[in-house]
Amino acid sequence: MAALTREETEALIQEVLEVYPEQARKDRAKHLAVNDQSLEKSNKCITSNRKSQPGVMTIRGCAYAGSKGVVWGPIKDMIHISHGPVGCGQYSRAGRRNYYVGTTGINTFGTMNFTSDFQEKDIVFGGDKKLAKIMNEIEELFPLNKGISIQSECPIGLIGDDIEAVAKKANKEIGKPVVPVRCEGFRGVSQSLGHHIANDAIRDWVLENRDGDESFPTTPYDVAVIGDYNIGGDAWASRTLLEEMGLRVVAQWSGDGTIAEMEKTPKVKLNLIHCYRSMNYIARHMEEKYKIPWIEYNFFGPTKIAESLRKIASHFDETIMAGAEKVIAKYQSEYDAVIAKYKPRLQGKRVMLYVGGLRPRHVIGAYEDLGMEVVGTGYEFGHNDDYDRTIKEMGNATLIYDDVTGYEFEEFVKKVQPDLIGSGIKEKYIFQKMGIPFRQMHSWDYSGPYHGYDGFAIFARDMDMTLNNPCWKQVKVPWKTDDTSKVAVAASA
Amino acid sequence: MARLRQCAIYGKGGIGKSTTTQNLVSALAELGNKVMIVGCDPKADSTRLILHAKAQTTIMSLAAEAGSVEDLELEDVLKVGYGGIKCVESGGPEPGVGCAGRGVITAINFLEEEGAYDDELDFVFYDVLGDVVCGGFAMPIRENKAQEIYIVCSGEMMAMYAANNIAKGIVKYANSGSVRLAGLICNSRETAREDELISALAAKIGTTMIHFVPRDNVVQRAEIRRMTVIEYEPGHKQAQEYRDLAMKIRDNKNFIIPTPITMDELEELMMEFGIIDQEDESIIGKTAAAEAVA
Repeated sequence: MAALTREETEALIQEVLEVYPEQARKDRAKHLAVNDQSLEKSNKCITSNRKSQPGVMTIRGCAYAGSKGVVWGPIKDMIHISHGPVGCGQYSRAGRRNYYVGTTGINTFGTMNFTSDFQEKDIVFGGDKKLAKIMNEIEELFPLNKGISIQSECPIGLIGDDIEAVAKKANKEIGKPVVPVRCEGFRGVSQSLGHHIANDAIRDWVLENRDGDESFPTTPYDVAVIGDYNIGGDAWASRTLLEEMGLRVVAQWSGDGTIAEMEKTPKVKLNLIHCYRSMNYIARHMEEKYKIPWIEYNFFGPTKIAESLRKIASHFDETIMAGAEKVIAKYQSEYDAVIAKYKPRLQGKRVMLYVGGLRPRHVIGAYEDLGMEVVGTGYEFGHNDDYDRTIKEMGNATLIYDDVTGYEFEEFVKKVQPDLIGSGIKEKYIFQKMGIPFRQMHSWDYSGPYHGYDGFAIFARDMDMTLNNPCWKQVKVPWKTDDTSKVAVAASA
Repeated sequence: MARLRQCAIYGKGGIGKSTTTQNLVSALAELGNKVMIVGCDPKADSTRLILHAKAQTTIMSLAAEAGSVEDLELEDVLKVGYGGIKCVESGGPEPGVGCAGRGVITAINFLEEEGAYDDELDFVFYDVLGDVVCGGFAMPIRENKAQEIYIVCSGEMMAMYAANNIAKGIVKYANSGSVRLAGLICNSRETAREDELISALAAKIGTTMIHFVPRDNVVQRAEIRRMTVIEYEPGHKQAQEYRDLAMKIRDNKNFIIPTPITMDELEELMMEFGIIDQEDESIIGKTAAAEAVA
């Protein structure tokens, strides 16, 4: 199917909006746009970070998900208490595939669930005493923990527990960082506010811990990787490239990260931001307070990797610049071979994305390296600075959808007929049943890493095995025998 | 047996709800009625005059001790005092922690599930914390709970504001359920023309002043002994006042959806009775120092 023209895309948006009642239509119209590369600012065409309409099946999460699930959860040597009733922690346990090295339950705790398991009496009488008790138990049972964070679930904010006071007292008693985080799920419109709250908690309770302490030997090549959650090993595949070019990675935020690394981050020379959405706040704070510059980079696909390596190197001396070139050259035969193998199988295939923090724009380059085209993209919880960064990455007249609804996404897919969809677990089976190849782009569908040159090889293999899987030829309706069957299934889904 | 009547007593904090309720309930018991009091206030002082106790052990404190409310039996929490009056206190946290409103909800649900509202009872009285600060304290007036609300007030400005605000709250639940305003009880503070004023307010809200309870020191004397006047000095004229109130409530048929008045109307009424002065716009926002200069 040929690409849609600007007029066709606009007509498609209007057609999809048609079914909404007037008020919902007015609201949703602001969140759907036809990309225009000539625009500098996305607020000319799209509205974001607003409350979702009731009844539309938004795909968003909550502030607790943003703090516990995304920012704090991967810090492996701390224990993160899901403070409140048991469900929030238990049903999100180990779901994000943040890989880490360590012995779980001894010196790392990433896949475990710690919760205060609130009961009726804790709501009525308050949970502070129970929280203090839990921290004592944690110290006794898991003495190698390096600190505790308290992740507030909704009731904490409603009953006004003073978790800050409990944290301060526990911090004195156990002599380790104890961080209260006010990430109650009802705050904000999506998980995005949870990221911000989590960043602020790091700023207020962690970052200053080694101010004035010069015992950590620094080098001119110290950097921190910020906003890489090591999903399926992403941060490891990134870190090797940085180290090979001559940089020293002092901290990983927060995939496979430790509290000690975070405390040392104010000593680095440059902060490297991968997921801008979830961690730009702390980078800006370090820039202001510690005068540490920060840059965004993109380690998806060889084109963006090379661009990013050179951009990072430009902040350092000639040794590092030469190092970057060496790294690019070293891996060239590898990624050329990947492209030579998969590009012929994927060339011209069209992709629609709908994901979270950075991927709706960052993975576009990797698809393009394989000869594929991203024809629609959108963010669950992006802000306009995300869309500003997306306009130039996407082709003209492509579809952009913010906080897309279940209905809109399905309708767009039926009309655009992409060859592949990349989104989350809730979307996966709907589109597979429509006969369309699908990859989970939050968890890498239990695969990965996708970052770095190593990750690109896996990314290319995964896209090929999904898209060219023979199973799709078997998806037929019984009353159709010719090639139109796939379309028919899609249309009737 | 007559249908169980469930009544809730609301009113500004400190107005004398608990004292009035316990005296009135004692009078009802004296008249031969089977009555239960449900204290809905973390302070747990709604039953002390009936039980001669400092404070009854509450449902929530017992539940916290036992682990959960499911671990309790009705006889653990229900005490019988003067005149066979059954007493329970919902209880709740110390001021400044937790959620007292949830305590009320939990406690009332427990009483219902455990069958505290048995066929023998003629009346249940809910004595509710002064200000309906959240949904928990509105629990007694939700569907299938109290159908009759009595508001205790006096001729003081803030007591009348509170009464009118509570009437607003009742409207919300009255429209969706069977709860009705049953009258204002004036617990006298001996302000000027107090009975006329409260009668006028009641008329504006659409109800009546069901009884005017005069002020008398015997109430305090009885309270020091943790007793109601009915029990302490049954022959006293104040005891008769509570009996009159009890009989009026027993015979009351005037249950209405209130028509709360606006702030302006309320202020007008107060001006009419000289509680507040005619508003002088020229003095608004002026400090004492500025006025002295002028």
